[in-house]
Amino acid sequence: MVELLEILFKIGLLVTPLMLAVAYLTYAERKLIGYMQVRMGPNRVGPKGWLQPIADAVKLAFKEIIIPTNANRYLFVLAPVLSIGPALAAWAVIPFSDEMVLADIDASLLYILALTSVSVYGVIVAGWASNSKYSFLGAMRSAAQIVAYEIAMGFALVGVLMAAHSLNLGEIVRAQAGGVLNWFWLPLLPLFLVYFISGVAETNRAPFDVAEGESEIVAGFHVEYSGMTFAVFFLAEYANILLISVLCALMFWGGWLSPFEGVPWLGEPGLHWLLAKSAFFAFCFIWFRATFPRYRYDQIMRLGWKVFIPITIVWLVLLAAAVVAKLPPWFD
Amino acid sequence: MNVLRHWIKSLFLYELLLGMRLTGRNLFARKITVRYPEERAPQSVRFRGLHALRRYPNGEERCIACKLCEAVCPALAITIDSEERRDGTRRTTRYDIDLFKCIYCGFCEEACPVDSIVETRIYEYHFENRGEQIMTKEKLLAIGDKYEAEIAADRTADAPYR
Repeated sequence: MVELLEILFKIGLLVTPLMLAVAYLTYAERKLIGYMQVRMGPNRVGPKGWLQPIADAVKLAFKEIIIPTNANRYLFVLAPVLSIGPALAAWAVIPFSDEMVLADIDASLLYILALTSVSVYGVIVAGWASNSKYSFLGAMRSAAQIVAYEIAMGFALVGVLMAAHSLNLGEIVRAQAGGVLNWFWLPLLPLFLVYFISGVAETNRAPFDVAEGESEIVAGFHVEYSGMTFAVFFLAEYANILLISVLCALMFWGGWLSPFEGVPWLGEPGLHWLLAKSAFFAFCFIWFRATFPRYRYDQIMRLGWKVFIPITIVWLVLLAAAVVAKLPPWFD
Repeated sequence: MNVLRHWIKSLFLYELLLGMRLTGRNLFARKITVRYPEERAPQSVRFRGLHALRRYPNGEERCIACKLCEAVCPALAITIDSEERRDGTRRTTRYDIDLFKCIYCGFCEEACPVDSIVETRIYEYHFENRGEQIMTKEKLLAIGDKYEAEIAADRTADAPYR
């Protein structure tokens, strides 16, 4: 009983800051995209617009949830849950520092891979249950896209586990000890880029946001959703962005390790390093959205199947040779 | 050779990085937003806003009901009825502008031989009930009386260019 309460308390401790971070990621996105387009972004609600995400949440909470007449009611309501469930559950195995981890399981990388794949069912079920041609198109696009990028993403993770000799995220970070050049981004550079770009595709973010495609299929899979059901999709999308950012930081940028290892004071590992690195990746997500136009659909498929998968396979072979040869300083 | 160069460029995301450099620079550029209620964009003396009917300095209304503005109005927004006043001059009994029809082209002001109907700089106004969008003669004259100084100054400033 006490143990259960302790776990619940820890979950609360994890989810509350996560939800706040998600809320303020939406604010950061609107503000940063505004700045990149030489305008100001939201600045009316509260000082400098800081209360904007709160106002948005309150507005959405009070809006009516409209269920289309011929929609499949149960699946329609279930879809947002399917979407946010995996997005939050994946955070259970994320180590925030050497000892700060909710569930220190040995197959955490596998668990992450499984859960990030499950989240696509939210999109597909939402698109199908809405009984709208636009949302169905969005769902089909999303399904094909996820299949294409999941493979490249999986191969990139195989590279990480080969380099670290472990599926445990904590062990993966510990294997990168020794300063900025010992992190995995250098020996796994192509895999790192493939993973990050696939992550952008996986979260349906610009320039891979064909599942939403507001200029072609209005809002894609969530065109029929309103009020809190829409808000939940929104939360899931941004929780996934943060998840991919944190995973990139953990697997390729040394997680909570300091880039200046060995230097007194600055070299101390800690939560702040992980947060700073993740914030950078989250910033990149927003930066991409402000910069790139949407990919054409066949180009997305080409990039996934004909570019990423060959690159990852070639690099896995090279990596295997390097690991067998115990190439210093990473694999000795 | 060209194919190879294109291939290498796309492999190393060259043009994507160029795009990101551009947006990255704009992130720190000076913002051009005008924060409206606190800041306002500069206005020309020729600004065409809400209409007004002017008077001569002695208080006599300028309009002589020639109906040139009614004739020129491309949106048919102006309706005028006229009569002979007791002193023998021709005057309007009714001068209505439907602001929902009006396209603020300024032709009425151009057509007016006595500079009676003018378009002022006022652009912040609203209606709360149906029918309020019809600007009657009384309302137009009231606006003209209230803003006469500004209207006259604007016409003087613009006069050398006409």
